[in-house]
This record gives sequence, structure tokens and C-alpha cells, in this order.
Amino acid sequence: MDDIRHIALTVNGQPVECDTPVRLHLGDFLRGILGLTGTHLGCEHGACGACTVLVDGEAVRSCLMLAVQANGRQITTIEGLADPDGTLHPLQQAFAEKHGLQCGYCTPGMLTSLAAFLRDTPDPTETQVRDAISGNLCRCTGYQPIVEAALLAAARMRQTEGVR
Amino acid sequence: MKSAGFRYHDPQRIDDLLSLLGRFEDAKILAGGQSLMPMMNMRFVQPEHVIDINGVQGLDGIHADAAAGKLRIGAMVRQKTLMQSAALRAACPMVPQAVAHVGHFQTRARGTIGGSLCHLDPAAELPLVMLLHDAVLTVQSATEVHQVDMADWALAYMLPAISPDEALIEVALPLAPGWTGSGFVEFARRHGDFAIASAGCLLDVDDRNIIRRAAIAVGGVAQVPTRLPEAEALLVGQPASAPAFAAASDAARKIDALSDAYYTAAYRQRLAGVLVERALGQASKGTDHG
Ligand code: FES
Ligand code: FES
Repeated sequence: MDDIRHIALTVNGQPVECDTPVRLHLGDFLRGILGLTGTHLGCEHGACGACTVLVDGEAVRSCLMLAVQANGRQITTIEGLADPDGTLHPLQQAFAEKHGLQCGYCTPGMLTSLAAFLRDTPDPTETQVRDAISGNLCRCTGYQPIVEAALLAAARMRQTEGVR
Repeated sequence: MKSAGFRYHDPQRIDDLLSLLGRFEDAKILAGGQSLMPMMNMRFVQPEHVIDINGVQGLDGIHADAAAGKLRIGAMVRQKTLMQSAALRAACPMVPQAVAHVGHFQTRARGTIGGSLCHLDPAAELPLVMLLHDAVLTVQSATEVHQVDMADWALAYMLPAISPDEALIEVALPLAPGWTGSGFVEFARRHGDFAIASAGCLLDVDDRNIIRRAAIAVGGVAQVPTRLPEAEALLVGQPASAPAFAAASDAARKIDALSDAYYTAAYRQRLAGVLVERALGQASKGTDHG
């Protein structure tokens, strides 16, 4: 018999309360129980970064955290990155313009990772961007357009910050 | 569902953690989860009980204990926090540089110092750094507390000196170790991979440029992170310059090295020599390195 726990957390701003088997990792919980299939699972042992989500603002691998450990926490997945009215996050917009994705498998993890990275490092060098995504594998793009998109988004985000 | 089934426990107090550890035969402590979770997902380990210590109070601080001359680091301090701590940087300047090699920023947001020391991968950076700095570990069970010198921590390949009913509580470093320079270098095929080999050095050089004390350790080369006392002894009393570093490098190559499907022992010995020489070069330039 599976050990089950009741958990309460916030996912993309919405309160969520439900039961989860304790052995379920957060990535499977988000996809399988909440139906938020934007979070992708590649390796499920911490190597690929596709499953990255924000937990209390920190980018972490959702395959390496149990769903029960998210009790009481704020989770942001790729579904929560755009504004509620559908306006894309500057990173999403820049990825679209710069062809920062092809098949899209790595993209949710790239975007959530970069969102946390740019918050802490608003004016990164290209090398810093490459270092930041070094834990996210992409088998399609060759990374170059991803780096360009990240730098473009960073520049735009700095501008909007300045205007405010 | 990736992990096999287990019973989940999330104690909030150290006492409760220790009594759980004393009670169960087959329990695993879940700290940052960056090694245990992959092993459970792949079912390499299938513990009956998982004791999550992320909620345990009193394991997550870094504080300077001036009376004891120690910097005390809680076992659950995250790697990201280690890199940002000014107090730790003062006692151990190589930390930001060495910990930057641990995984990626996403795994450093979860991974902990205690988890890394207990997992004890031969190539891991934190065990090497703590060995180099003569850290003392506080290990506790429901009935006993004792201190283990980092020199006695690694018993064998991935086997730390801690029994199943004990938990690592704290890591203490000398607050003012008095080194004049430190160096850390590693060699890996890709950024974020475990290093094939790494080396760390500490030097205490007087104002005539003579080495008073030296500490040298290598990781990834042998079954466990290893200090090199012969190489250290060769340096003491010598000028801090290339000939002495070359002699220490030659001594480092004599280490009894691991051989596996990827790299031969001879290759690892060669790397040990090269990396020790480079780390000594850094250390002789002072503590002020990236
Ligand atoms: S699925 Fe989590 S890191 Fe690959
Ligand atoms: S776009 Fe296909 S893996 Fe990155």
C-alpha cells in the first residue's frame, strides 16, 4: 500500500490541495495529478533540466524533489510564466523571435531556468548565459539561438525596469 | 511512478530525527536530494523509510563561534548559500570557486553540504575542500554525540564514518586558519560533470617567501579524497616557487590511483601531478583568486 499525504501548495498563483502518494516526484505530480503537462520530463535523474520549475522563486529540478516536499510552497511552471491575459513573458517572446526552440522539449526548462537566472543577474554576459543553461540539454538548436534570445530578453527586461 | 514505495517521515526537531533513525532498520536521510533522488528514481536504492530533514530546525545556519575559534556550518546549508556566505569566504576563500563546479545552479539551490559529505563521491568538491581545511564533523545519534575529523571521515569508496542510526549535524572549520594563499583546480570533460580529477592547495608563506605550512589534497584520483602528506612535507621550508612546486607535483603522481572503464590509473596520476602544480601556482599568488 502506498503511503499517501495530503498537501496544500500554490501553483501558478492558484491554491491547490490534494492527496499525493509520497513516492511521486514533483514533476510527475504536476503532470499526472494536476494535468500541467508543460513541464517536461527527460531523464528523471537530474541530468537534462527539462523538468525545471520555480519553487519559492528558485529554479530546481522537479524530478529531484518529492511532491510532498512542495507542501506549503509556491510553484511556478511554464504555464505560469506568461501574464494571465496571455501576454508572453519577455523570454518567451524572444525565444519565438530568435528561433530559440525547434522541437520544444527542452524549452520549458530553459525558460524557467532563465527566468530565475535573469532575476538574479539582470545584465549577464554571454558567458554567464551559457553557464546558466549548462545544466539544460537541447538536442535541436545548437544553443546559439537560445543564448541570443536570452540576451535579447534581458535587454528588453532592463528597459522596462528603467521605464517603471 | 519512479521510486519504489517507502514510508515518508518529516521530523521538525533534531531529537525526533534521531529517534526515527534509532528505530528503523532500513532508513535513508533525504537532504537536498540531488544524489538520493536520482538513485531512488532509478531504483538503485529502495529504502523502506525516507526521513526528509528539510524541515528540521537548527541545521541550516552558518555562524562564527569566536570563543571556540570555529565557523559552524549546519549540515543542511545549501550549496548556493555556501557560495554566497561572506563568513565562509573569509575562513575558506576557495569555496565559491570550488562549489561553482558542483552540478548546476538549479541543483545547487537544493544540494547541501551535509548531503555531499555523506554521499562522498570520490570526485566531489566539498569533501575535498573540507579535508583540506581540517574540518571537524559533529555526528549524533539518539544516545551519543561525537566529533569526527575530516581526515577520518572517508573509510572507503563512498563510505563515510557514520552509522545508520546517526546523522551529520554540523561541519566546523577553523575560523582563522592563517593561510596566505589557496588554489583549487579541476579537470572535467564537460562543465558540471564530476571531475576526472581535482586538486586543492593551501599555503602559508612568510614574508621572505618561505613556505611555513602546506596542505594538498586531490579528488577523483583515488577511492576517496586524499591528502598528500609527502608532497606537503616537501614544500615546508622551501621558497614558494616553481622548483618546489614541481617536486610536490612529482610526489603527487605517486598516489595509488583508481582505474575504471573510462580512465586508467596512470592517466589519473598524471592529472594529479599537473593539477597539484597548477593549484600551488594559484595558492602562491595569494587568496585573491576568482
Ligand atoms: S527530467 Fe529532471 S533533470 Fe531530466
Ligand atoms: S528545442 Fe528540441 S531539445 Fe531543445
